[in-house]
Amino acid sequence: MESKLIVLLVIILGVIAIAQLVRVYELVSKLRDKKEHEITYRDNQLNAKLMLAFMFIQSGGLIYLMLKYGWTGRGIAASVEGIETDWLLNLNFVIVLFIFFITNALLFFFSYKYVKKPGVKAFYYPHNNKLEIIWTVVPAVVLAVIIVLGLNLWGDLTAESPKNARVIELYAKQFDWTARYAGENNKLGKFDYKLTLGTNELGLVTKETIDSALVDMIEGPTGINSIKDRLNNEKLVFNDSVISAMNVTLSRKERLARLLTQMKKHHNAKNDIDVWDDIIQKDTLYLCVDEPLEIKLRSRDIIHSAYFPHFRAQINCVPGIQTRMKFTPNITTKEMRKKMNNNKFNFILMCNKICGGAHYKMKMMVVVLNKKEFSKWWKNKQKDTFKNKYFGSSGA
Amino acid sequence: MASISEEIKNHGKHDDHHDDHHHEEHFVSKYIFSQDHKMIGKQFLITAVFMGVIAMLLSILFRLQLAWPGESFETLSFFLGEKWAPEGVLSEDMYLGLVTIHGTIMVFFLLTGGLSGTFSNLLIPLQLGARDMASGFLNMLSYWFFFLSSVLMVVSMFVHTGPAMAGWTIYPPLSALPQAISGSGLGMTLWLFSMAIFIAGSLLGSLNYIVTVFNLRTVGMKMTRMPLTIWAFFVTAILGVLSFPVLLSAALLLIMDRMAGTSFYLSDIIVQGEMLTNHGGSVLLFEHLFWFLGHPEVYIVLLPALGLSSEIIATNSRKPIFGYRAMIASILAIGFLSFIVWGHHMFVTGMNPFLGSVFVFTTLLIAIPSAIKVFNYLTTLWRGSIIFTPAMLFAIALVSTFITGGVTGIILADSALDIAIHDTYFVVAHFHIVMGMSAVFGMFAGVYHWFPKMYGKMLNTRLGYVHFWLTLIGAYGVFFPMHFVGIAGAPRRYYNYSVYEEFDTNSLDMMMDLNVIITGFAIMAALAQLIFLFNFFYSIYRGPKAPQNPWNSTTLEWTTPVEHIHGNWPGDLPTVHRWPYDYSKPGSDVDFIPQNVPLAEGEEEH
Repeated sequence: MESKLIVLLVIILGVIAIAQLVRVYELVSKLRDKKEHEITYRDNQLNAKLMLAFMFIQSGGLIYLMLKYGWTGRGIAASVEGIETDWLLNLNFVIVLFIFFITNALLFFFSYKYVKKPGVKAFYYPHNNKLEIIWTVVPAVVLAVIIVLGLNLWGDLTAESPKNARVIELYAKQFDWTARYAGENNKLGKFDYKLTLGTNELGLVTKETIDSALVDMIEGPTGINSIKDRLNNEKLVFNDSVISAMNVTLSRKERLARLLTQMKKHHNAKNDIDVWDDIIQKDTLYLCVDEPLEIKLRSRDIIHSAYFPHFRAQINCVPGIQTRMKFTPNITTKEMRKKMNNNKFNFILMCNKICGGAHYKMKMMVVVLNKKEFSKWWKNKQKDTFKNKYFGSSGA
Repeated sequence: MASISEEIKNHGKHDDHHDDHHHEEHFVSKYIFSQDHKMIGKQFLITAVFMGVIAMLLSILFRLQLAWPGESFETLSFFLGEKWAPEGVLSEDMYLGLVTIHGTIMVFFLLTGGLSGTFSNLLIPLQLGARDMASGFLNMLSYWFFFLSSVLMVVSMFVHTGPAMAGWTIYPPLSALPQAISGSGLGMTLWLFSMAIFIAGSLLGSLNYIVTVFNLRTVGMKMTRMPLTIWAFFVTAILGVLSFPVLLSAALLLIMDRMAGTSFYLSDIIVQGEMLTNHGGSVLLFEHLFWFLGHPEVYIVLLPALGLSSEIIATNSRKPIFGYRAMIASILAIGFLSFIVWGHHMFVTGMNPFLGSVFVFTTLLIAIPSAIKVFNYLTTLWRGSIIFTPAMLFAIALVSTFITGGVTGIILADSALDIAIHDTYFVVAHFHIVMGMSAVFGMFAGVYHWFPKMYGKMLNTRLGYVHFWLTLIGAYGVFFPMHFVGIAGAPRRYYNYSVYEEFDTNSLDMMMDLNVIITGFAIMAALAQLIFLFNFFYSIYRGPKAPQNPWNSTTLEWTTPVEHIHGNWPGDLPTVHRWPYDYSKPGSDVDFIPQNVPLAEGEEEH
């Protein structure tokens, strides 16, 4: 409390002090017959010199930051595509830094050089078509180069993956990531959000998962029957708003149950094998060096963004649609640790689209293994197919 | 229309006979429900400055958290209370709330309302030689809508579930589902209603500006004799009329999704364990609608600032603006192109990559008219006779930030490169410099330059200098280092960077160093604004009286008397004989010839 009073006091005294200074300044101006709108020679010179000084401060500051913090805050690119991106990024940086230094320097230098001097009149120079054409055409040519190079790379980055690319799905939800590797046939099984259950977190579609989702929707602990029971139970007394909320939930669940029944009717169990051999992986994403990846992404709840800073890869995860990206990691975690000179370094997948309070904690560790290590890990994972996990966990 | 302007003209003549005591207006109609464009301009300015101070304070609050995460600050608990800053540490949710409201207020309330609202109102009639806006009543309504929306936005910060927290872009489903984050409850509702009202007000204003420019130009004021300020306001108003309704529709659909159970933006969602039945909606629809406004909005904010600085740079270089027609063409080209570039905000949203490449092309095209403007400013300064009024300093700083922020735009517009830096601090630094700083500098330049016209008093020049240099150094001190945080890969809207501890501590150390520097400069720049506020309010009451034409300028507003009168000119409206940039014209003794001075014998128009 006391400290707040002191702060308040200091502020008030500060304002009064400035007001007094301004008063003194005004009286002095009056004595010298100086008008506020007439900028004195001294003031003009002072500001001109400050402009020149600022030119050096600005470019010097930027050069200092470049030397000290440089481009390499996140290290060299660790994917084939990332290397291309970085090359073009650096080229663009050279171009724009060149423009930046030249134009800013001219701006501040002219401000300094052409400050008002007694007896020197400004040069009446309203336009010059030749000059204007030059500085329309030159930027246009430079931009054409930038556009062509950029679109070329963009085409590569968004092109289809090679046939042998490993297919992985990344599933985002508040606030974690789950990966699903396509199984032996390198095909991801189908999904439908209505099938999402504790035993089927990704909502994968098989005859069995449809059945259990339907059962859960109708007979589960918060299912349709239980809500109906509670509504009809004469011993329970609810107020009106609770009853109407329960009715809303009930009609929502009935609608979902109808949709599930439809799905069940039309389901073709032939493709269930695509689902059963998928492998679900949490916490850490293991990748194989030099293996092209086709990554499919979706979201359970709101928009997230899968951002791999070291692979220079990023795409949003959007509820209701599937997005994709591709890249080929080309440096293993071990090699990268050496290059970064940090034996605790790791690759990472972060969420880069605001998704709620714990957004900043939503991440998945990424480990790039060499071929031998990866095939060992992959072989070991074969016992954890969705099929094994599903029937293991449901006790069947 | 003709008859109305005739009427106004006659009214003006009538005033002539007894303009000393004619204006004894009632307090309410003079200061509150005023229909006079000069008063409405001042109302916009004061309201926007008030909102701007709030938004600046919010930014300091979250900068404290970013520089010193987890440390206890009495400032935080003082402003936010125990609920949102328990024991002086900002809460995760409120961090997002502060970021969201900071962005919203800065973009819409300070830079749209404050910049275009203030100076379009003040300058359009004065520089065109009109008695007032085409419709004083609609003009008044536009301010009161703005005021109401400001009040709602401020109120939304005090509701118990907190303000909107989904970022100023309010992408659904986060903004549609209160289950996803507490701010998407009542706070978001108020945000949406506030913005809907804001848009209504902005439309009334813009329509008025357009009609006034078309119809109420005084005799001789051809379109090609209008000052660049007017061209900028005019194109800005057109952009507003064409793009704001699209934001309104985006907001209305979102309101429907939130309140009426529709599925415009929602599809296949399970949130907090609750399975929703919404199916078929598209988030990308919202993003398209939002950015269809969102990108022109950048130019709605920038063009007025560029217009003001054109005027100020020409006046204080004592030279005509170089390439007047090229400047007009650039404004028109920027205005047109700004409508076909919105997709560059959406390269990584899952939008079709082909569409992305079209937007790369159109976006980079905008660099051409922008470059023309920059080179024309430089040539205007070249061999000038520069007078460093505070307004001139800010106008030059605007050109600097316009370049600095513009060149990084070239990188972000390149979709392939955008993948690597999208939504990092590089983007934050880019748009704060090019749009935030440029527009704020333009606004300050405008206030320093036209303060004598607004209040009939002079601002203190020395305080103006101190304010300028601290602000300029603060601005670069904040946003230069921020680029490097971004190049290091740091995502924006992160409450803290503790996640880096698990994968790259070196990177974390570097970011924390820079974040402390940034916050230091931010606090310095914020304190510098107190100097401005003091100067502003002190000078309104105690400043020395302004002369009629303090900067020896050529435009019509300086031919009006210092004391404001209804109808602007006591006698006939001035007649225009020349373009607005006859500075240091050869063959003239004085270094400026006002627009209402007829051509001398044998004199040629520029």
